[in-house]
Parts: sequence; C-alpha cells; structure tokens
Amino acid sequence: MKKFKLLTAAIFSMAIAAPLVSMSAVAERYVLISHAPDSDSWWNTVKNGLALAGKQMDVTVEYRNPPTGDLADMARIIQQAAASKPDGIITTLADFDVLSGPIRNAVDQGINVIIMNSGTPEQARDVGALMFVGQPEYDAGFAAGQRAEKDGVKSFVCVNHAISNAVVSERCRGFADGLGVDLGNSMLDSGQDPSEIKNRVLAYLSANPDVDAILTLGPTAAGPTLLALQENGYAGDIYFGTFDLGEDIVKGIKSGVINWAIDQQPFLQAYLPIVILANYDRFGVLPGNNINSGPGFVTKEGLELVEKHAGEYR
Amino acid sequence: MTETTSTPPVSTDKPDERVKTRSSFRQALIRPELGGICGTILVFTFFLLTASDSGMFSASGVMNWSIVSSQFIIIAVGACLLMIAGEFDLSVGSMIGFSGMSIALLSVVFGLPMWMAIIATFILCMGIGALSGWLVIKTGLPSFIVTLAFLFILRGLTIFAAISTTNKTIVGGIKDAAEGDWLAPLFGGKVLTGLFQWLGDNGWIETFERGFKKGQPVVDGIPMLMVWAVILLIFGHWLLTKTKFGNWIFASGGNAQAATYVGVPVNRVKILMFMFTAFCACVFATSQVIEFGSAGADRGLLKEFEAIISVVIGGALLTGGYGSVIGAALGAIIFGVVQQGLFFAGVESSLFRVFLGAILLFAVILNTYIRRMITGEK
Repeated sequence: MKKFKLLTAAIFSMAIAAPLVSMSAVAERYVLISHAPDSDSWWNTVKNGLALAGKQMDVTVEYRNPPTGDLADMARIIQQAAASKPDGIITTLADFDVLSGPIRNAVDQGINVIIMNSGTPEQARDVGALMFVGQPEYDAGFAAGQRAEKDGVKSFVCVNHAISNAVVSERCRGFADGLGVDLGNSMLDSGQDPSEIKNRVLAYLSANPDVDAILTLGPTAAGPTLLALQENGYAGDIYFGTFDLGEDIVKGIKSGVINWAIDQQPFLQAYLPIVILANYDRFGVLPGNNINSGPGFVTKEGLELVEKHAGEYR
Repeated sequence: MTETTSTPPVSTDKPDERVKTRSSFRQALIRPELGGICGTILVFTFFLLTASDSGMFSASGVMNWSIVSSQFIIIAVGACLLMIAGEFDLSVGSMIGFSGMSIALLSVVFGLPMWMAIIATFILCMGIGALSGWLVIKTGLPSFIVTLAFLFILRGLTIFAAISTTNKTIVGGIKDAAEGDWLAPLFGGKVLTGLFQWLGDNGWIETFERGFKKGQPVVDGIPMLMVWAVILLIFGHWLLTKTKFGNWIFASGGNAQAATYVGVPVNRVKILMFMFTAFCACVFATSQVIEFGSAGADRGLLKEFEAIISVVIGGALLTGGYGSVIGAALGAIIFGVVQQGLFFAGVESSLFRVFLGAILLFAVILNTYIRRMITGEK
C-alpha cells in the first residue's frame, strides 16, 4: 500500500521536524511585526538590529510579516502574536484603521507594545503603546523639501514604490510642501518590481524632460532609478534625493549621482525597543518620551562608516 | 460523488457477477475528501505536539486560525465549484481589492448609505464575474487567460479609482459610515456575544486585564465571517451533491461536449459559477472592509492562488469534473492552520512558503493516489 508508505514518511518527517521548532521558554520573548512584504530588502537591517539586540539582551526575538504586504493579513498576525502571549510586541502602524483594533486588544491583554517605524506619536498614544520609535515621515519629507528648495529645485517627481502605504506617501506630500509646490501629478506609482520601476522612471523622464529633481522613497525604488539615470544620461545632472540607505544608494552618493539620503536609522527602530522592553520588564525603567530615530541626512561627507555597514546595520 | 449511479441487481438471490463488491469500509473511505481528512488529522497532530503550550489552542489562538481558515473557506468554496465546472478564476484576489474599494468609495466618498453601497458592489462584482464567464464562453479562450486579464484590469481600476477620487490608496472612515446600518452587521458583526461574555465572567476563557475593555472576554463572539463560511460551505455541498444543478456542474467540467449533447446547459452553468466565485470574493471583501473599517488598493494580493491551493489540497482535479466542497473546506482549514500554526510553533517566518509548497506537493501526490484508487485508472 503506497498510501501507508506515504503516511509513515509523513509521520517520520514530523518526528524530525518537531525538535527543530521546540520553544525556549526561559527568556523574555518579544515579537516584532512589520508591514513589509517579503520582497522589501530594506527590512533586513531591522531584522539584523532585532537579532543583535536579542543576543545582547539575552532574550528571544521573533520577526513576522505578511508575505504579500497585505495589511489585513498583518492584523491577523498581530492577533496571533497576542494569542501566543509574548512579553512584548513591537509593531508598525502602517494603517491606523486596520491595525489599531488588534494592537489595542494586545495592549488590553496586558502585553507591552511599542510602535516602530510607521505611524505617528499621537496614534501610538491612542492605541495605548508605551512609545513610538521612528521617523516622523511628513516632517522628514518637509525638511528634505526645504533643503532641495535651497539648492534651487523647482519641480520634482516622487518615485513611490509603496503607494498603498499611506505613511510612506506622506514623505512625498511633505517634500512638495517643503519645496513650496503642488504635489499634483508628481507622484509616480512605480510598483515593486525592479525592471518595472526602471522603465516607468525612464518613461516619465522622457515625457517630462524638464523635471529638476527625483525623490525616491526607499532602496526598492532608488536602485532601479539609478540604473534608469545611467541609461538616459541624466545621472549627475538631475537633482536626486532619496529616503533610506542601502548599498546602491551609498555607491550613488559616493559617485555624486545622489545628492543626499535621509537615514531614518532602522537599526535603532528594532534595536532600541528590545532594549527598552527588556529593561522595562526586568527593572521597570522606561524612557519618558518617544524616540526619533531620524531624519539624518547622509551626504558625501562621513560616508565611510555608513558604507561599511550599508544594508546590514545602516 | 460522481454522476454515475449503479443500478442494483433486482430480485436475484445471486449477486450479479458484473458488479464487484466493495466492503462498506472501503466504500466509506474512498472519497475525494480523504486526502483532506488525512491532512487535517496530520496537521492538528503536528501542532498539538509542537505548539500546544504556545497559546495556539487557547480561545484567542483558536479564534485566530479559525478566522483565517474561514477566510480561505469563503473563497475556496467558489473556486472549488468553478474548478469542478472546468474553469479557473485568477481574478479572485483583485476582485477582493476591487469590491472592498467599491464599498469604501460608494459609502465614504459618494455618501451612499452603507447597505446600498454593499448591494451595489455585489451586483457590480457578479456582473464582472458574468462578463468574464461570458468572454470565456464566447471566445473559447482558456479561462486562465481571460481571468488573468481581469486580475490586472481590476487591480489597476482599484488603484486608479482610489487615487483619482481620494489621492490615497487606503480609504478609511467605513466604521463611521456603517454605524447603525442594517446590512453591515451581517458581514462585520459578531454572534453569540452573550455566551462568550458568560464564559468570560465564569473565568473559563481569558478576559482583558486592563484598559476600557477590562473584564470583557478576549474572544467576544463568533464573527459573521465564520458564519458566512459555514453557510457557503453547506450551500456549496448541498448544491453539488443533492441537486440536479450539481450534476450539471460535474458534467460541464468532466466533458463539456458530452454534457451539451445530453442537454446540460453548459454555458449557463459555467457563467453562473463565475458569478458565484465573484460573489464569494465579494463576501470576503465586505467582511474584511466592515471589520477593519478601511479598504486598501492592495488587499487580496495572491488570494486567488490561496483559493486554488485550498481546493487542490482538498482533492479537486485541476482539469475539472472531480472534487468536493467539503474537501476544499478541509484544504482551507489545513492551509489556515499551517499558516498561523507555524508562527505558534516558532518556525522562522521566511520558511513559511517552503512548508506551504511542501504541503501542497504532498497533498497533491496523496490525492492522486486516492483518485486512482477510486476511479481505477492507472
């Protein structure tokens, strides 16, 4: 009977798998939940920060995300994390409507929650989180817009690879306001796929050849945009600013194609909450305010340390 | 399970030598859902062994994977009937995003009452389902291609509609719009809340420890999503196994030509099944939108494959003409439990898809053997 063979095989593989997933129950356990799809490489820095903090503080850490970036799935993951009774949850607040309910429920079940990365300090307070660790996105965009205006920029295109993330889109709005222009049609929905992003940027620039500046909202969009600018010869000529860091972006800054990058220092967004939660659980100490992990402008000066750890811890 | 009915030998003492007797045990065992049943038992055994102390089987844990499984059941029932009728719908995920956005825009932006927005969306979606079905029939193209086109069209329309009316891709404010509406609780409400409050008061299930919900149970009712899943499951099973129309579905998927010759209205059956799939996607989206209070342009990404995976784990044949709604539901439960359970068991989340692929492969192999045992094909 083939069926029985298959069945024994299944039971056998279960027996092997079981020890692999056994839980370590002694240390405090913290779960970090992000809204990022699997394809978003930027979150690797967060994972590394999380792992490092877990090791240094001697606690168990877990990273969870909805594979496709579907925020409704993320709400389920938060509910599930709460059901597994961790000592603390660190989560992004990418959409208040969808996520506030599950987060509030976790808080009310007696789990300490810290909001990281997305959301606002007010929203974090609303859901009952201990604090917010992240970069106020609109303000960061605004500061970047002011900087660009000082450098003589009059018009821009914003390459948005995460158009469904309302918080990330705030960066474009802030930039437009800081620059003192109307956002209008300047937002380009680029999708997540590198070659699609590249081709859409190329198409946009050939249709609007007199655009002064490009703003990309993360490495996902910045890398392909760099390639596009190499291809149409705009590299170095067009004013190029980007959010966040990555290996390509650091190289771009070094070669002068990218004027600046806004670093929100994601490492801190994962690292600090673990340290804070662990110390809060052990000694009851808690910093008195939200923590702004960014914005910091990274330019050609002082790039060496950034370069060394780009994509890993920066 | 199939449309063949054996005529029993009439009034003879000797059994007919043409009819091979099968033990009743074997008879009961050999059915399309067998793979699903085995899988469900295996999956639960696995997680009982590895994750029993992690909260997976506490009230809130059970509720968590049940809701996720119910979501899968809702879209799997539609996908299952359509697949048995011999067609595919790859636009389910986009349809979920589209109908959610439609409800949000109609109610929040255009100010229609919630019930009207919901009904209008249902009509619109089933219309689109009918259109894709009609295109498949008229052009003779594979439904794979036609619905793949709709996957892009609907997703693009969703993003366009959201951006051009609100400049945002997430439209909120639905909770306020649904306040006091008579139809919305049918999708986003909860039933048996009194029972759960009573259980919580007696300390049998967990209650909130702090905040304004202190003393209320963490699980405060059965969400309508689960009720819908059960209703659709029962309806689908009844339709498929107890009605003439069910036989037509099998016949249309098994051999459309032959079915047409014996007078089955194949085209009508198929178009109706496309509409039913759209209806299921719409139920999914409405429940989600009402529960979470916002619609996002990227909702439902890849859900079409999750529906198909559930159906295939449940023993249906990709080529049509064979399958079971109960099996599809079991497939959905396996899928939901595995997806959520791997977390409780503490498995690295990037390995989730590896497990998923392995389970899919295992289920399909098992189902193939079972089907060969049933039909006797080699």
